[in-house]
Amino acid sequence: MHELSMANEIIEIVNQYVADDKKHLVKNIKVKVGRFSNILPDSLSFCFDAIIQSTSYTNVKLKIEEVALEIICDQCKSKNNIEPYSFTCPACGSAQIKLVSGSELTVEEIELEEEE
Amino acid sequence: MSIITIERKVLEKNEAIAAANRKKFKERNIFTMNLVSSPGSGKTSLVERTIAKSKSKIKIAVIEGDVQTDLDAKRVEAFNVPVVQIITSGACHLEANLVRDAFEKFSDNDTELLIIENVGNLVCPATYDLGEDIKVVIASTTEGDDKPLKYPAMFRNSSALIINKIDLLPYVNCSIEQLKRNALAINPSLKIFQTSCTTDEGIDKWIEWLESIVKSR
Ligand SMILES: Nc1nc2c(ncn2[C@@H]2O[C@H](COP(=O)(O)OP(=O)(O)O)[C@@H](O)[C@H]2O)c(=O)[nH]1
Ligand SMILES: [Mg+2]
Ligand SMILES: [Zn+2]
Repeated sequence: MHELSMANEIIEIVNQYVADDKKHLVKNIKVKVGRFSNILPDSLSFCFDAIIQSTSYTNVKLKIEEVALEIICDQCKSKNNIEPYSFTCPACGSAQIKLVSGSELTVEEIELEEEE
Repeated sequence: MSIITIERKVLEKNEAIAAANRKKFKERNIFTMNLVSSPGSGKTSLVERTIAKSKSKIKIAVIEGDVQTDLDAKRVEAFNVPVVQIITSGACHLEANLVRDAFEKFSDNDTELLIIENVGNLVCPATYDLGEDIKVVIASTTEGDDKPLKYPAMFRNSSALIINKIDLLPYVNCSIEQLKRNALAINPSLKIFQTSCTTDEGIDKWIEWLESIVKSR
């Protein structure tokens, strides 16, 4: 499953912002996962928790914000959330639509505790 | 608490390499196709039929992705075209860096069409851009007609759908009309072909389309 490589990429990106002796201070890593990103949040959490064991991030939690699949219709211009298995405008039925959001897969921010 | 804002794409590394691949293919005037499907739908068979019919008209090279073996590369090699095998050692998809490294191994520089056979999997390869011009997805009749609904990302991101193993239609529970409807609901601009790699039915139409897009590259 590619969620494992995703979890590794997330940690590699965070590594670029946190010195080794500060890693234990990282509390939360916030990521955005779109409903159409092809990533299963549960599976990503599972993989993340597994690989974090062998790192110095001893207090970290992965916070996943799921982003709806939103479209805008070329015909009637309405914006709607849809499910990934039907790419038609719920308002007018047109298939001429564009994605507004839902394919993102980003590391948003990290939260660190203050040092004692 | 202190906060560090990051806002970076998880896939940025792969996307950067894919963009470099795409640039290189364009400079060398090579059309690239990323061929995806479940295991056993007929990717290697379609590569074989395509080479057999087009080899005299287009210079074809092939990158074969496999989890464990080089069996598919051996099948393709028999047709006397340049082949490079990528063994992913367990990984369920190809990534752009593997394609970049494999491409370095070709010695010919007159390739017009590069076919990349991805690892058999309808989920993960949809996430990884390799730098290709188009993705082509194969769904065979033995897999039923609901694959597009179960794996929408793959069908949404592909330019063409090949419905393979149509010779088996009398024996399987699959409605071609339903399969097409499901696929077009996900991606109305999908170009759809119906083929049998065993009887060659429908292969000519596919070849005609492929040759025309390669020529107009
Ligand atoms: N009956 C039938 N069998 C096919 C067809 N295309 C491929 N096969 C068989 O399906 C099996 C898997 O094909 P292969 O090309 O190796 O699939 P891949 O795993 O997607 O590369 C092989 O035994 C092929 O001979 C077809 O159109 N009709
Ligand atoms: Mg194969
Ligand atoms: Zn509409």
